[in-house]
Amino acid sequence: MSVLSPETRHEIERQRERYPQARSAILPSLWALQHQLGFLSPEGMAEVAGLLALTPSEVEAVASFYSMYFDRPGGRHHLLVCINVSCALRGAEEIVAHLEDRLGCPSGATTADGEFTWEHTVECLGACGGAPAMQVDHHFQENLTPERVDAILDAVRAAPAPDQLGSRPGGGRRPGAHGASE
Amino acid sequence: MAEYRLLTKDFGTDGLETLAVYERIGGYEGLRKAVRTMTPDEVVAEVKTSGIRGRGGAGFPTGMKWSFLPKDVHPRYLCVNADESEPGCFKDRALIDEDPHQLIEGTLIAAYAIQAPIAFIYIRGEYHDQRLLLERCVEEARAAGYIGRGILGTDFSCDVIVHGGAGAYICGEETALIDSLEGLRGQPRLKPPFPAVRGLYGQPTVVNNVETLSNLPHIVLRGGAWFASVGTEKSTGTRLFCCSGHINRPGTYEMLLGTPIRELLEEECRGVWKGRSLKAFQPGGGSMQVLLPEHLDLPLDMDAVAKAGSALGAGAMVFMDETTCMVDISMRLVDFYQHESCGKCAPCREGTYFESDLMHRLEAGVLTTAELATLADICDNMNGKCFCPLGDTATWFVMSAYQAFRGEFEEHCGAGGCPVRRRGAQPVGA
Repeated sequence: MSVLSPETRHEIERQRERYPQARSAILPSLWALQHQLGFLSPEGMAEVAGLLALTPSEVEAVASFYSMYFDRPGGRHHLLVCINVSCALRGAEEIVAHLEDRLGCPSGATTADGEFTWEHTVECLGACGGAPAMQVDHHFQENLTPERVDAILDAVRAAPAPDQLGSRPGGGRRPGAHGASE
Repeated sequence: MAEYRLLTKDFGTDGLETLAVYERIGGYEGLRKAVRTMTPDEVVAEVKTSGIRGRGGAGFPTGMKWSFLPKDVHPRYLCVNADESEPGCFKDRALIDEDPHQLIEGTLIAAYAIQAPIAFIYIRGEYHDQRLLLERCVEEARAAGYIGRGILGTDFSCDVIVHGGAGAYICGEETALIDSLEGLRGQPRLKPPFPAVRGLYGQPTVVNNVETLSNLPHIVLRGGAWFASVGTEKSTGTRLFCCSGHINRPGTYEMLLGTPIRELLEEECRGVWKGRSLKAFQPGGGSMQVLLPEHLDLPLDMDAVAKAGSALGAGAMVFMDETTCMVDISMRLVDFYQHESCGKCAPCREGTYFESDLMHRLEAGVLTTAELATLADICDNMNGKCFCPLGDTATWFVMSAYQAFRGEFEEHCGAGGCPVRRRGAQPVGA
């Protein structure tokens, strides 16, 4: 029984054809897998390896290097809050404390209702001009205040699950107009 | 006003991310001129004349980098470094968000100059919307004959592939980027051989930054000599400065090189916020040494800032007001490097752990003075002794802050908490 959906398999085959060497398609293939499952399962990675003519351990070694791949299932939505210098200077700590309070779980955990997995990161997100900032399902949310965070959480909760993120049309929004709440 | 809009002059134009609008304002004329009226060597010569230096951080002359490619070894590859992850840096994101075709045009001009049949745009995983935007723009440009076989009716062919990363600062280092693009863990390679000799898939490869390439249409259209007349003698052209922290108007500002830093702070950024005074700033992102208010009259010039003991780096200016705890800031930056260390070499892998542990205990006020004295030792065992610059730069800010704010570091020892934070909690004037 295959883990990969026909769409995911097709996407991996398409990615494989784009590069002079099939191995270069590992990262985009893992993205496709994660977009389907929400995380990278060992069975899924083994199938990716098969499609790229690699061993499962080669694929797993690559996957474990990169911080955006998840090795376990998480909530329906993912929040990533920057706490590097530029965000810290403009109130990231207050945002982190507010999220922890509002969601009732610490960084790295998933809410009891399975809606949100959230974490803070020292990896600068590249949104320092709109600090403090976070990403909600890969979309930037900037100039955060506790009130704005509340509004974003409510809007995201009401929105459909962010499946097929890798191929969803309509990306590339302008600065200041990112995210599910707009 | 020394804001000088060359790369950002069309920012805000409605629909600029579409090919139709980009063409209407003169887009792809630089590529047309290059492939139809110039030889590849003439493009290289023009870029050399321009004096442009790489905008990714190291400031290496772009034309010279290209000329290191060995003659007659093909295929060669071009990699566009859009893995912007330096703390405080967000200019490449702005260039992609606002004017993506300018980057694609510059990419194609560079690919023509070095005769690369494929250009890869390596964009960091967090720039998800930006990746989708670039993919759409590439398809639009391909349909219009700017990408693919026989570009603009010439015999030059080039494909552009947008490649998304997955969260690794180290992949901004050019050889780690190449490893990542080959489908490996993104770890740096030993140099030499440099990528120009043996890079992607073992072939000659050039890695250029987004901002560097976005300059090329202007250099081709207006000439290298014109470009060299803008800015200063050794820092030609403009640069995008990402300004953040305790200022009234954070954002990306394109400045004439040579402008005093004070002008950028006072005019574009509208000064330090809340009527407070400046305590310190970082002129080149998280990797670079701290500078003080007395350095504000330095010009935005790579060599002048280097002489003052820091660097313009990737053009990220982070300003900190008088309430800032330099131990807290140092701790966050050390944490960043510890998180991003790729683990390949021991001085960086272990050293960043030692640094991080020490800084956390210092900020918590539970470190002893004797333990603080080991900070210099730890850093000395890293700086210049790591496999790649990540480990070196993991020591630069913290050591410069320790030197400039020694009293503040020592005050934390055994204080049972952060003394700066404690002071900040008191009502003003108390």
